Amino acid sequence: MQGKPQKKIKAAKKMRDLMTTYYLEAMSAGQNNKQIAWITSGGPVEPLVAMDIIPVYPENHGAMIGSSKMGEDLCIKAEDMGYSSDLCSYARADIACSVVKGGPIGGLPRPDMLICCNNICGTVLKWYEVQARFYKVPLFILDTPFCHTGYSPEAAVYVRSQIDEYIGFLEKVTKKKFDYDKMALAGKLSLEGQLLWQKVLNTTAHRPSPMSAFDAFFFLALIVTLRGTQIPVDFYRELIDEMEQRIRDGISIIPDEQYRLLWDNLPLWYQLKWLSSEFSEHNACLVADTYTSAWCGAIKYTDENNFLDSMAQAYTRIYLNIGVDQMADQVLEMIKFYNVDGFVMHSNRSCKPYSFGQMDIMKIVRERAEVPVLMIEADMVDPRNFSKSQVETRIDAFMEIVKQRNK
Amino acid sequence: MIYAGIDIGSITAKAAFIKGNKLLGTRVIPSGYNPLNAGIKVFKGLLKKTKVLKSDITAIVSTGYGRASVDFADKAMTEIICHGAGAFFMNPEIRGIIDVGGQDSKAILLDRKGHVDNFAMNDKCAAGTGRFFEVMANALGLKLNQLGDFSLKADKPSKISSICTVFAESEVISMIAGQEKRENIIAGIHESAAARISSLSSKIGIKEPVMMTGGVAKNKGFLKALENRLGFELIMGNLPQENGAIGAAVLASRL
Repeated sequence: MQGKPQKKIKAAKKMRDLMTTYYLEAMSAGQNNKQIAWITSGGPVEPLVAMDIIPVYPENHGAMIGSSKMGEDLCIKAEDMGYSSDLCSYARADIACSVVKGGPIGGLPRPDMLICCNNICGTVLKWYEVQARFYKVPLFILDTPFCHTGYSPEAAVYVRSQIDEYIGFLEKVTKKKFDYDKMALAGKLSLEGQLLWQKVLNTTAHRPSPMSAFDAFFFLALIVTLRGTQIPVDFYRELIDEMEQRIRDGISIIPDEQYRLLWDNLPLWYQLKWLSSEFSEHNACLVADTYTSAWCGAIKYTDENNFLDSMAQAYTRIYLNIGVDQMADQVLEMIKFYNVDGFVMHSNRSCKPYSFGQMDIMKIVRERAEVPVLMIEADMVDPRNFSKSQVETRIDAFMEIVKQRNK
Repeated sequence: MIYAGIDIGSITAKAAFIKGNKLLGTRVIPSGYNPLNAGIKVFKGLLKKTKVLKSDITAIVSTGYGRASVDFADKAMTEIICHGAGAFFMNPEIRGIIDVGGQDSKAILLDRKGHVDNFAMNDKCAAGTGRFFEVMANALGLKLNQLGDFSLKADKPSKISSICTVFAESEVISMIAGQEKRENIIAGIHESAAARISSLSSKIGIKEPVMMTGGVAKNKGFLKALENRLGFELIMGNLPQENGAIGAAVLASRL
């Protein structure tokens, strides 16, 4: 379908400004008597917001390092320090960056505490322990059992009890009483932000798509870093308005969208531009992905009026902490909802929990959705695990198959 | 109407001409350093060999690693699609293809119309490719085309445990130092590569009949090892090395 000529997304500038302000505030936290907590990307951030602690995300920083193509040097530095090249490239980049103060923003502001939730992977446990020793700061670990099929009553009690421990930890470190009213507000805003983020992503169901997964990778940063505040709520409202206007005006993100694809796993941060043009040359648009939708995937478990209790379940049942069958079901739903012609999987050398079930998901999707599936092998930050000409050949061949099927 | 396919691989450049359902001729030369020159040379050579005039060629499709360099082609297409089309042109019964070329190996699944349904390729590793055999032949002081016959005389294939070409080479060198029989070492090399290719094939759920293409198909010892591993016989194309170029010519006729 022919859209009108490409037009840049206006909200991108505002988004950059918001992120700059966020990082500047974090960098000057000390001068403003504010505390900093480093937290994993899937960690429950709302209690931090309620306590006026600034959350900082090493994983978001990792993405920035990757996008600025500084991942390789930092990964090598970590390897020089003795870390294995098989270790996650976010972890390697972050650990090295703490020592050399490198990267695009000269390293993250020093943490006052570390909050680690293992709902996204097991690597974070050791990674955060390393950082807790390096910075000599307290570490809180929230342990979310893996949900192979469902959420057992035992798991519910276990995780919920840790939320109280988490609050106790924050009270101890900040020497302040926990503010339950502020918590309720942060919870409401968090849920509202997630619902709006979902709505942003849903706009790409329109043909031609007003934005692509590459834009989602960029706009994602707000729901990750500022979840629980008013900022993403306001920003995503504006973004939705802009997307709806684009739809009304028939403006598509790629000039001539003919094929629609679904992406799985983290992006290749250091090759976003190349990857995006590689697909658009075939008139293919990556309209959706399993990664950015992970920040609105647990909405159904969240109770707006009882956020604190329900967040135990919501944070435990996120995309990376559920069984392969459930992951495949979500992928199949997305294939249908976004009406895609193919599924592209990134087997990510760094992210084991994300890449581990992919062969099974691939088989399930091929059988049940009957769309072609491509698997490319690379890494989110470390370009040494990526070979351009190999990936190019696979994408070209895959697109030849997609085109043949749609003839 | 005559159609041409040009396949610039990492080691050899191939050309093929077809007219209707008939294959007019093929040619293979070393790729050398410059892929465009290799393309021109193999194309001109085939014009001469088949006594076809350049003006008689209706369309050209290029493929292989050097496909983008062939600027006189009407379209560049990947070797995956070309191998599918080539095998189907030679034998429409074919449902699966195992192609082992100079620097990659792939397994391809075709539907009943000869369209590629799924594929898998080796990734960032030369194990189980033509280059792997070249390195091994070199380490054993043999020519590449001697490996097949040698390995058929093996009585007890050696066990090569390294997957990496470089590590496998050092393993082979230490076997030579340990005075293991050359025939057995070569058979071990073939079994190790066969195991790798066979797992590519099962990844995509390959279906019989399967045609073997690519230059490595000329190695009888490897074929035997692969057939043992797969548990079925492979169909040998008449022109395994030229299959990609033939497919490119077929696709040129559909442009």
